[in-house]
Amino acid sequence: MSGLWNLQTLWFVLVCVLWIGFMFLEGFDFGVGMLLRLVGKSPEERRAVIHTIGPVWDGNEVWLLTAGGATFAAFPNWYASMFSGFYLALFLVLFGLIIRGVSFEFWGKVESAQWRSVWEWAMAVGSFLPALLVGVAFANLIRGISLDPAGNYTGSFWDLLNPYALLGGVVTLLLCLAHGASFLQLRTVDPIKPRAAALGRILMPLAAVAVIGFVLWTFGEVSHHSPSFWITAIVAIVAMLIAAGMAVTSRPGLAFVAGGVGIAMTVATWFTALYPNVIVDSNSHAYNLTVFNSSSNHYTLVVMSITALILVPIVLIYQVWTYYVFRQRVGLGGSSPKAGPDAPAPPPEASARV
Amino acid sequence: MSSVVELSRWQFAITTVYHFLFVPISIGMAGIVACFQTAWYRTRNPQWMRLTRFFGKIMLLSFAVGVVTGIVQEFQFGMNWAGYSRYVGSVFGAPLAVEALAAFFIESTFLGIWIFGYKRISEGWHLATIWLAAFGSALSAYFILAANSWMQHPVGYRVVDGRAEMTSFWKLLTNPTVFFAFPHTVIGAYANAAFIILGISAWYLIRNRDTEMFKKAAKAMVVVGVVATAATMLIGHFNGQLMTREQPMKMAAAEALYNTAKPAGFSLFAVAPFEEHPSRTSFDITVPHTLSLLATNSWSGEVKGINQLQAADVAKYGPGNYEPIIGVTYWSFRLMVGAGTLMVLFLLWGLYLVWRGAIETSRWFLKLALPAMALPTIAIITGWLFTELGRQPWVVYGLMLTKNGVSTSITAFDVWVSIILFTVIYGVMGAVAVWLTVRIVKKGPDPELDEAGAPIEPNLHVAY
Repeated sequence: MSGLWNLQTLWFVLVCVLWIGFMFLEGFDFGVGMLLRLVGKSPEERRAVIHTIGPVWDGNEVWLLTAGGATFAAFPNWYASMFSGFYLALFLVLFGLIIRGVSFEFWGKVESAQWRSVWEWAMAVGSFLPALLVGVAFANLIRGISLDPAGNYTGSFWDLLNPYALLGGVVTLLLCLAHGASFLQLRTVDPIKPRAAALGRILMPLAAVAVIGFVLWTFGEVSHHSPSFWITAIVAIVAMLIAAGMAVTSRPGLAFVAGGVGIAMTVATWFTALYPNVIVDSNSHAYNLTVFNSSSNHYTLVVMSITALILVPIVLIYQVWTYYVFRQRVGLGGSSPKAGPDAPAPPPEASARV
Repeated sequence: MSSVVELSRWQFAITTVYHFLFVPISIGMAGIVACFQTAWYRTRNPQWMRLTRFFGKIMLLSFAVGVVTGIVQEFQFGMNWAGYSRYVGSVFGAPLAVEALAAFFIESTFLGIWIFGYKRISEGWHLATIWLAAFGSALSAYFILAANSWMQHPVGYRVVDGRAEMTSFWKLLTNPTVFFAFPHTVIGAYANAAFIILGISAWYLIRNRDTEMFKKAAKAMVVVGVVATAATMLIGHFNGQLMTREQPMKMAAAEALYNTAKPAGFSLFAVAPFEEHPSRTSFDITVPHTLSLLATNSWSGEVKGINQLQAADVAKYGPGNYEPIIGVTYWSFRLMVGAGTLMVLFLLWGLYLVWRGAIETSRWFLKLALPAMALPTIAIITGWLFTELGRQPWVVYGLMLTKNGVSTSITAFDVWVSIILFTVIYGVMGAVAVWLTVRIVKKGPDPELDEAGAPIEPNLHVAY
């Protein structure tokens, strides 16, 4: 059971990778959802904003489902304690994901400003809740929650809203917003693009400050600092500083990449701060859930490992293909690929569609 | 604590039934819309593309609601059923994780490309994406049903240190139960979609709108529907025989058969108290020998009764009540079979009309096709209520009682909050989805030609 190279640790890393995939990809979806009404003013502009993530948001969200499923399969005790312990918080996450998911489909179906406004707000609120609460949840796992011997959470919903956890939530919220602003600059045309750039110039430095504050506080919360913690924490800070610099100097491509590394390493810092724990027991550390006492049996982990090692690369290949297919900027007037600034004027029926 | 169990059961029932109002329509329509688009790809008849787009939009509304309510399903096991999750996670978690990795990624990614990728990728690739989405949604059903089948008939595990541990993933995926449950569910989903498309097409035929095009759709759906419904019922019959062996109590409850009978008659109409656990029916009309024949393939085969099974279960598992609620099990089974029978009869009539070349002129058939859209949903929902309620008091048959699976760290207040809010959001969302579907139907498919008489190539295809 000891040593670093065992299946439990492999699965801990894989669950971390799935969360990174989720926060990196769905992170900009959440950001776009929250920024929609700020960067798009007319219905045409808002349609273009929605179309930047339209083809991909659902696939991106599956990373969350896979992370949940993988935690269930590989660490049933972690899954059970975390999901039942954070019951109301997770309900709010689900509430957000539900109203957000249907809002994409509902938004354009009725020609009415009021109707669209309802679903734009649903997109914003539905993106805000998970973006905030994912950070709150993981910060609580690191800080510790009160557990009974069976691993059940004994605190209340309000205990989860402590200052450290709220900072964790602000971190994920700002990361999603800043990442979304970078993404929009890469995928849209004027007048949306400069609005996103102006927001990115504020949001990315704020996100960097939040990440630095969170990493330093985490340093204090965690008693044992492994080399991997140091590496992920330092890379997270450096990447966010670079991202902030790139956003301020209007280099969205580099800001997107550096911000993405910042997101990935912030998520990785959660995991390196936790390891070998998965949930810290705040009372005495006696009932800490660890990768070893919360995992499935060896056979299940072997089967899951083989499956994941075959399927994850395949998923990555076709998801990358999706981004290749939709690589062109989304113009105004339907997502006509030819409607970019350098392209000839779109055909009349295209620009007439709202 | 019992109220947390009961509330959690209600919440699971409400959210799952709701989820499954939409899922079969999505699964079936994905395949049928893929067929429409294939017909267009091969014949270049623009009517097939108009059908693709029109029913594609309706399918996407159903997908949207199915997808967002599906996330709740995966989270609920941990949220409300932590005891269950700890006990079965090593076995039950694996098919859920593999479902997301192997199937749901395919479905959601390629559906996204299909919605937005028209004219961006070649027509052949675009056609492939809808087929991949249809394949992904059916594959998804396989893994979910493999997980559910394990709850009905656990295989490939052993109990170690107070929890179930997987010993063979292959056995889990080749559980005899899933071999019946999967085709029964997925082919049933195609029957459901066929009824929806047939009903909507009938609405147009009654109004003489786009008659030629919707006649094509209606004829195709009668054929698809009759084959799918008949196949679903036939597989259901074999599924029932398997269930008689694997979960005899569920079959006995389905028949309200209190005492072992040899031969056993098939009950047509029985009355017994719903909530209590009586030892006999108050009133029962049976057809002699028929249950023996259906359940055991033998004219006078023995079918075990509830009282004898209860006594055997007490001897095996200790004191307790091992009977499901008989009234609910009995009547949900009858509603399922009844709705399925009406579906077959209705479609045989349709088949006769197709053969006579009179489907678009038979007002009665077309008018009845509208309410008939509800039949598959009735059959599917009562079928699942039967499957899940008939397994009670077990959550995993013979292995874990439902009441032992509930989370201990949640309060009745927590569950009240979520159950009320889920019901409200689901209600609003369902009402909006249905209202939008009706709007799409009333508006009608995109016209074939614009005002100048030139063929229309919609800029947005089916995108938002």
